[in-house]
Amino acid sequence: MSTVLPSATVTEPEDRLTKKALTADHPTWCPGCGDFAVLNIFYRVLEKLQYPHEKIVCVAGIGCSSRFPYFMNTHGIHFIHGRALPLATGISLSRPDVHVFVFGGDGDGFSIGGNHLNHAARKNVKLTYVIMDNFVYGLTKKQTSPTSPIGFKSKTDPTGSVDRPINPMKQLLASGATFIARTHAAQVKHMEQMFERAILHDGFSVVECLSECVMFYAGAFDDSTPRKGGTFETVDETQHDVTDEGAAFKLAENLAPGKFGVYYQVQRPTKNELEQKWITDTQAKIGGASQKDLLRKRLEAMR
Amino acid sequence: MLAKPASTPMSPGLHAPHSLRNAVIRFAGNSQDGIQSIGGFLARLAGRTAQEVMTYMTIPSTISGGPSIFQVHIGSGEVLHAGDEADVLVAFYQHSYDSHLGALRDGGVCLYDSGEVKEVRHERGIKHLGIPFTAATVEAVGGSTRDRGKNMFVLGLVCAVFNLDKEKLIGIVSRQFGKKDESVLRNAMLAFDAGFAYEVGDLERFAFEHGEAGDGHRISTDGNQMLTAGLIAAGVRYGAAYPITPWSSIMESLRTELPKYGGIYVQAEDELAAVSMTLGAAFAGHLAVTGSAGPGLSLKMEALSYASMAELPIIVINVQRGGPSTGLPTSVEQSDLMQAIYGSHGDCPRIVLAPQDVEDCFYIALEAGRLARKYSCPVIILSDQALSSRIEAFAEPDLDVHWVEPHIDLSTRREDYRPYPLDRTTHHAPPGSRMSSGKYPVISGLEHDEWGHPSGSPKMHSQMTAKRRQKLIDAAAEFPLPKVHGHQEGDVLIVGWGSTYGPIKESADRLPAEGFKVGALHLRHLHPLPNGLETIFNRYEHIVVVEMNDYGAYGYGQMATLLRARYCNPAIKSLCKTDGLAFRIREIVTGVEKHLAGAG
Repeated sequence: MSTVLPSATVTEPEDRLTKKALTADHPTWCPGCGDFAVLNIFYRVLEKLQYPHEKIVCVAGIGCSSRFPYFMNTHGIHFIHGRALPLATGISLSRPDVHVFVFGGDGDGFSIGGNHLNHAARKNVKLTYVIMDNFVYGLTKKQTSPTSPIGFKSKTDPTGSVDRPINPMKQLLASGATFIARTHAAQVKHMEQMFERAILHDGFSVVECLSECVMFYAGAFDDSTPRKGGTFETVDETQHDVTDEGAAFKLAENLAPGKFGVYYQVQRPTKNELEQKWITDTQAKIGGASQKDLLRKRLEAMR
Repeated sequence: MLAKPASTPMSPGLHAPHSLRNAVIRFAGNSQDGIQSIGGFLARLAGRTAQEVMTYMTIPSTISGGPSIFQVHIGSGEVLHAGDEADVLVAFYQHSYDSHLGALRDGGVCLYDSGEVKEVRHERGIKHLGIPFTAATVEAVGGSTRDRGKNMFVLGLVCAVFNLDKEKLIGIVSRQFGKKDESVLRNAMLAFDAGFAYEVGDLERFAFEHGEAGDGHRISTDGNQMLTAGLIAAGVRYGAAYPITPWSSIMESLRTELPKYGGIYVQAEDELAAVSMTLGAAFAGHLAVTGSAGPGLSLKMEALSYASMAELPIIVINVQRGGPSTGLPTSVEQSDLMQAIYGSHGDCPRIVLAPQDVEDCFYIALEAGRLARKYSCPVIILSDQALSSRIEAFAEPDLDVHWVEPHIDLSTRREDYRPYPLDRTTHHAPPGSRMSSGKYPVISGLEHDEWGHPSGSPKMHSQMTAKRRQKLIDAAAEFPLPKVHGHQEGDVLIVGWGSTYGPIKESADRLPAEGFKVGALHLRHLHPLPNGLETIFNRYEHIVVVEMNDYGAYGYGQMATLLRARYCNPAIKSLCKTDGLAFRIREIVTGVEKHLAGAG
């Protein structure tokens, strides 16, 4: 019995996918914004992977970084604040033939949408989520974010933030994400590697990407930017077993700016697979009855 | 005056069974006694013997225990309501007896468990019959089963008293219990037979007149099951929801049913995620559904506003219950109308429909699917607690006529494709469809131009608002004008919507007996309203809108407020109530009479 889903086979792109073909509107971000680098590297990774144009969906919530879909020449959807992940879940589960990417910021991902992050992670929904973390609310002009460090002065904390910031890596580990990585918008090579590995991961993959807001929190990541005098310390995978959850938690204990790289990666069945298996098993049990006959039988049982 | 036997009132002494047109039987016990099962079996039997049926139940908002009733109104003619008062009361406990004896009509019969109930002699010609339900069941089934199965004993008893088709009833019971352990069915049948054979003394026996068997098969089920079937027939294969009473049974059914049809129904982490997942499936090209009850609908509002702006087709079911806030989870109310129509930020056109009975739940789901697709907008179905759980018997829908094959349009879009055309309806290109122009669309919740680019232009916002508004104007033009039941002009027009359909129709039939010219009009399309209602309203002296919500500060219920605003007609008045119970005929008749007497 056929499902209503289009075939899961990937169609050949008509032409080789290029950065130019992937470029849509010019970004509205401020000059110097870290998100430009994220966008550029994303173009580059897609160009390398050659996913067909029409099979890519870019999803976003609300915030500066969430304008991302407008700048990508792919199918896109710009949704409401914090709910990009459940929206993406709906797309991913109902369309196994498309590649779903989600973009957002620290507010969208860790604050208003925090609950959704936990659940998309534990369900292991197949998609890739890039969180452009700038430690501040930029689009609304400098309020405290869930990742703002204690003491950060903003319009909502004029004497300095008092709330302990969340630790994204720990949160994601605790909720059961199967791929977690940290990268830095100023480290394009590293970012490219992280994106590529995340995209190729079969499951829920998250990349936290530190991306400086030059308008409202300039210098936030100087400590991890070599050309600003900081050190960019990466995870040494010869020493760190990415499948060891305990080790990943330990790694996540590192004080800011912490280490960059893949913290954790394991293979678990995705929700997509499990649901499809349920469909296949159920349909095998039913036999070859047409869908109309199935409903007819259900109605007959009410006689 | 209700549900009286066609001949004489029940009286002892006659041997031949008394012919009945209809009867109301109320079972009163605790929620774990299986009285809902008895009611369900009787209702199903009625459906299979060409009788009409409507049930009514109350369940406590507790996990187990607590007083509960199940009322069955069976009739050989049209059954439009669950019955104001009962002909027969079956009381399992003292509290059942004490609380529900008042609901028994004069001359009615009360069967009670003589091991539990201490009888109080009442006047009003009520016949009391103490029968040891529990003891007799234990005796029949065996000592170890305690009082499990006494519902089956009572079912057997009722089967004998009403001369019901025993073979068919046993068939229905076997099918239900056949899935369980063999001993369950055996014990159930032992209890049933004991009840059937129980010597009830001088109690009269009754028999229903033959109903008019229509063409084809008849089914009996509840509103939530019919909405589920309707959604599947409409082509819905995806969606998500969060559990909430009285909506949950729809999502439970969809969760187990949809995989058979190649679909998926997700239990989301919250209401906001549920509607968002559904919008994701809609964006991906499916006809998708989410649903909830009042408090959950409130939580979905921001995303519903998005659906209007982004022009995504989704079906949202709201099985209304008593509000505000957590309110009355297991009681009925119709107080989410304003929320359904206006409950979001901004001007966000959406279509709101309400099914009038259980059968209509199927057809309204189909219509919702068609409209959502046609106008690319959210369509809300306002069901309610009463419809969700009551059982009715009706003709089985013909799937050869009503089946909609789901499809996704992945065709390549032409060079001039615009995701948001100003001159025609938006039909999005789902992911996977190629763009000949090479430019891929972004669906947006920001105000946008025809290509989906964010636009704050005053002109564009006006034009896009008008474009979205036009859907409602077009939908109103295609909605059929509802037919008036009863007098086509005259003293009063009773207007209603949703589950009050039956009681209103029945009330309208009663009222002319008092010398008034009465018509009844039921609205299925609540927003937009069909064109031409004013011409109907103008033919009546009074228009009384009957609905289960509060009169409010100005003396008008929610629908009455909308109709007054729309038609500027001062004859439109309200008959409201908020006791959490379905309207009784008596309440409508008295209320309308009051209005006619100028007191309303």
